[in-house]
Parts: sequence; C-alpha cells; structure tokens
Amino acid sequence: MLTYTIRRLLIAIPTLLFISLVIFLILEMAPGDPLADQPLTVPPEVREKMRAALGLDQPAWVRYLLWLKQFFWTEPLHLVDSLFGTAFADPTGRIVSWQFRAPAMDIIWQRLPQTLWVVGLAYVVGVVIAVPIGIISAYRQYSWFDNLGTFVSMVGFSVPTFFTGVVLIIVFAVNLHWFPSIYDTTLKVTDWESFLKQARQMVMPVTVLALFNASQISRFMRASMLDNLQQDYVRTARAKGMSEKVVVLRHVLRNSLIPVVTVIALGIPTIFGGAIITEQVFKVNGLGQLLITAIYANDLPMVQTLTFIFAALTVLFNLIADVLYGVLDPRIRYD
Amino acid sequence: MPDGASPVLDVKGLKTVFRTRGGEVHAVNSVSFDLKPGELLGVVGESGSGKSVTMMSLIGLLPSPPADVRAGEVLFGGTDLLRCPQDHLRAVRGGEIGFIFQDPMTSLNPVFTVGFQIMEPLRKHMGMDKAAARKRAQELLELVGIPDARRRLDDFPHQFSGGMRQRVMIAIALACDPKVLIADEPTTALDVTIQAQILELVRELRRKLGMAIVWITHDLGVIAGIADRVIVMYGGQIVEQAPVKDLFHRPRHPYTRALLKTIPSVRGEREAKLNVIEGQPPILIAAPTACSFRARCPHAFDRCARENPARRPVGPGHDVACFWDPAPEASDA
Repeated sequence: MLTYTIRRLLIAIPTLLFISLVIFLILEMAPGDPLADQPLTVPPEVREKMRAALGLDQPAWVRYLLWLKQFFWTEPLHLVDSLFGTAFADPTGRIVSWQFRAPAMDIIWQRLPQTLWVVGLAYVVGVVIAVPIGIISAYRQYSWFDNLGTFVSMVGFSVPTFFTGVVLIIVFAVNLHWFPSIYDTTLKVTDWESFLKQARQMVMPVTVLALFNASQISRFMRASMLDNLQQDYVRTARAKGMSEKVVVLRHVLRNSLIPVVTVIALGIPTIFGGAIITEQVFKVNGLGQLLITAIYANDLPMVQTLTFIFAALTVLFNLIADVLYGVLDPRIRYD
Repeated sequence: MPDGASPVLDVKGLKTVFRTRGGEVHAVNSVSFDLKPGELLGVVGESGSGKSVTMMSLIGLLPSPPADVRAGEVLFGGTDLLRCPQDHLRAVRGGEIGFIFQDPMTSLNPVFTVGFQIMEPLRKHMGMDKAAARKRAQELLELVGIPDARRRLDDFPHQFSGGMRQRVMIAIALACDPKVLIADEPTTALDVTIQAQILELVRELRRKLGMAIVWITHDLGVIAGIADRVIVMYGGQIVEQAPVKDLFHRPRHPYTRALLKTIPSVRGEREAKLNVIEGQPPILIAAPTACSFRARCPHAFDRCARENPARRPVGPGHDVACFWDPAPEASDA
C-alpha cells in the first residue's frame, strides 16, 4: 500500500504539470484584456508600460515558466518563512493578484475559512443525514419512507441551488426575518451572542448545500445497500441466527459503504472549488466567490492559481479515494 | 438408522406462496415429511420443484414479501417454528439447525475474516467470549480439514478456493453442534473432485457428530452415495418417498422412473443422445387440482386430470402420490 501510494504520488507530478499547462493555455486563449478596465484616456505608450509592469510583454512560455517557479518554489519557501520565521523566499517573487495588488496566496488563505465553514459544514451535514436515509430507504424499499425520500432527493438534486437559495432568502429572510440574507464575513465569534449570530447566518447556505449533497449521497447509499441486501452472504448471516440489526448494520452496511466512501471522498474537492453559485447567492466571501470576481476582473494569476489548486485537490482526493478503497475492501491489493 | 424413533423435525402440510405481479405462485403445496435423528434425507427434483423453498420456508429464511408461508406446521423440539417468536426462531437458526448453501463463492461475507464469521454464531448462541470462540473456530476449521487452521482464521474468504470456502461454510453450520444440518445443493457449484471431497467430509462428520442431515440436490448419483431415505419433489409437492435402495430398485412414480433414466451411464453402450424427460415443468400459478405431472406422464389416464393424487403407502417406508400401478414385471425399471 505504501509503495502504491508513493508511486501514485510520483505519477501525479507530470499529471499536475500537464494540468497547469492546460489551464495556462486556456487562459491565454481566452478573450479579455487585463487593462480593459483602465480609462480610455490612458495614452497607448503608458498602457504599454503598464503591460510591461504586469509582465505581459514577455512571451507566453516565459510567463508560464515564471508562474511554475513562483507556485512551486517561491510560494512554498514563503510558507516555510511564515511558519518558522526564516527568510529563504524572495519577497518580490510571489504570485501577485492583479485586482487586489497583493499576493494571491494570502488572499486565498483569508477566504478559505468562510468556504470551509459554510460549504464544508454543509457537506458534513449532508453526509450525516444521507447515510441513515439511504440505509432505511433500501431496507424498507417502496415503503412510504422510501417513496418520500426518493421524492425529496429527486427535488433536491434536480432543483438548482441558486433557485432553492433564492426561495429560502425570500421566505426566511425577506418575509419572516428569521435569518439574514447576507453573510457577514467580518463577524468575529467572541461570545455566545456572536456565536448565535454566526450560526443564524450559516443556516440558509448550509441548508441549501446540505440538501443538494444529501440528495446525491443518499441515492448512492440506497443503491449500494439494495445491491448488497440481495447477496448470498446476507442469507448466510440470517441462517446463522444473527439479528436483523446485525445483518443490516454490520454485514450489509460494511459492504455498502465501500463505494459510498469513495464517492464521498471524491466529492471533497468540490467543497473548495464548488458551491461557487451558492456563495454568490448568499454573499459568502469564500473561494468560489473569489474565483468569480477574479474571472470578471481578468485577474489571470489569481484564476490560474485557484484553478490549479482545485485541480491538485481533485488529484489528491482521487488518490485518497483509491487508498480508502484498498483499506475498506480486503479483496483489493495494490502491491 | 433407528427406525420409529421420534423425529427431530416434523413438517406437516407446509404451503408457501409467492406473491408476484402475475398472481400467486404456489411454490410449495401441502408438503409433509419428517426427519429422524441421525438420518440423512435426500431431497431430489428438477429446478423449480420447490426443494430449496421448502427448506427455506420451514426456518423463515425466505424474504417476505414476496414469500408467504401460508399453512402447515414445523415441529422442532416441541415448538412450531412457523408460529414461534422471532427470537426463538433466531436461536434455532444457526444454533440447532445449520445451513450450507449452494454457492460458496458468494455465501461468505467478503469484508470479514473467516474466523470472525465462524465466531459470530458461537458468541451469539453459545455465549462464548472472544478467546473461547476463537479456540472453537480453530477446532472447527481443523474438523472440516483446513490445514494450518490457526493462521487461516485471519484470512478473508477471497483467499480460499471454492472447495475450501464450502468447508468454511460447513464449519459455520456446525459451529453450535446443530441437531439438524440442511445442505442446499452444497456441491453443485464445485467441480467433481472437490465434490467428492466434500461428500466424503460430510460422511465423516456425520459419523463423528451424528446430526440429522437434509441434503437437497438434483444429482441422483450423489443421493445414491450418501442418503438413507429420499424424497422426490415435483411441482411443489412430494411425489414419492422411499428408502434409498427402494427408490433406485423399485421406483413407483412415473416421474421418479423418468428421472432415473436420465442418469447417463459411463459403462453402457454409447448412445446417440442423453435421455430427457419431454415437456416442461408445470407453471404453479394455481394450487394443484390435478396431478401436476400428467402432461409429461406416459401412463396418464382420465382420473389424473380430475384429482390430485394423495400419497399412499406402497411398501415399508415407501409412499407415492400416483394413481397408476406398474405391472409387477415392470417394477425393475
């Protein structure tokens, strides 16, 4: 397993380099000018100087190699510096966001907590409610519970989050005034009252995303349970005189969780990148919103860096899902 | 085997129906039989004749719905298993009645070790602690002839071959010293060499442990080798019951006779083709009101279409559900 993991990590290096190149080329080919927002009164020669200041006068391959050097060399060194107080990194060599005029990684670190709290919590809540629903739905297939669960998850899965989000805002924020419609990022949790305030502003975005996640995962769970409930080993467990609880929650569940756990692991990168629309609807100042504003502002270094981080997380969690598969299923051996 | 001893298992008038979209399927129709202590009862019949469903019904192993055990009683140790509380039924299953199933490749849980799966019933029914159960599990693996038993307890099912997995299944079935072992086509999925080994193992275990065995199969060759008494099933009914020698030498039911003719002979002259029973097994959408074999029977006459024959005795321990009497000279079929 260890050699397998190391081998997969080594294979990930060329994969990630290739992904970074593809992202760079797509952004290169995309229409749009980083200086488009500048007033038309700026004379052309000044404009050229501004372009040169951003490094845009360099050929594409130089800019790509520069980004690689910045991301894989300068930024890690800077991270080491900030953690241990050393001074390895060149302070001028970092990836700088054009719209914020600040290092891109610093802004990403600022935005990460909001995303993790709202989107991450929604994912956890979604998983926690989806697994039992999937189990009961499968065990009592076609019962009223299963039919209701099927209906709710079809709705939850097919109605887009920007619609459910707006509906919740209209009902609970505008009409009932229960929850705020705008997420206040500056709120600091210091006491019980501010904690309650924080909890209240998280309720709606978390609900919207949790419903969406739970719909998907409960379907997987149900299908996997149904597959396993019909297996011969279930009959063996019953023939051994095991109680229904042991049959379902030990024998069937353990087998059914194998594919579901990998689906859950593969969904984790979407926490970081995803929920772009929900963050936008509820004005949560997270990574998804950061990416959207960076795209609007033609902030190429920020878009390149964020997109690459999402890609790297996807590759990483793919590997984690594969390793988990091997841990959970004794029939899988990687060595 | 002791004759006249009170049976360990007494099944009377068992009826099982499957509710399907196309109506009810009468899979088991008034089946009655008993099992004497230490006896090996063979149950034969073609696919869909109700052999397995009968055995699953009497111990509540059929999924319900769609299955519905509608009538009858199953007396085991003074209790009717069809009307006892679930807890008691669970204590009997795996505790006093052990099961072996057809396909050892899928009958074990792939994510638990073999040791764990053997220890489960021991801990539940015998109240053993972990150490005692593990010791007993090792003894059981040794008993069913798995070498290096102590180490193999920690192996997973996929690390065993088909024959070895069936031995593990037997170890699980025998874990709590059952009075009855029900083996549902335990050798069908195995190749003949392994089949012979498993048969030899069961014979030996029976000698050592003395439990009664119900052996379901469609292989008459296997039955001839190990059974004391045989039940022949057709269309969800028992059509003939006889001691094993009687059945092979003096079969009475036309179906049994046809079945025996289908056994290919190794020694006989090379025939152009194998013997088959012409026609299709009956579709069981209604409870039988006539003999279900009559459409395929060479001896059928008008009474067979009017009445469903009841079982009638024709010899010691031998009964048959048929109106037809073979001519005396034809009885050596």
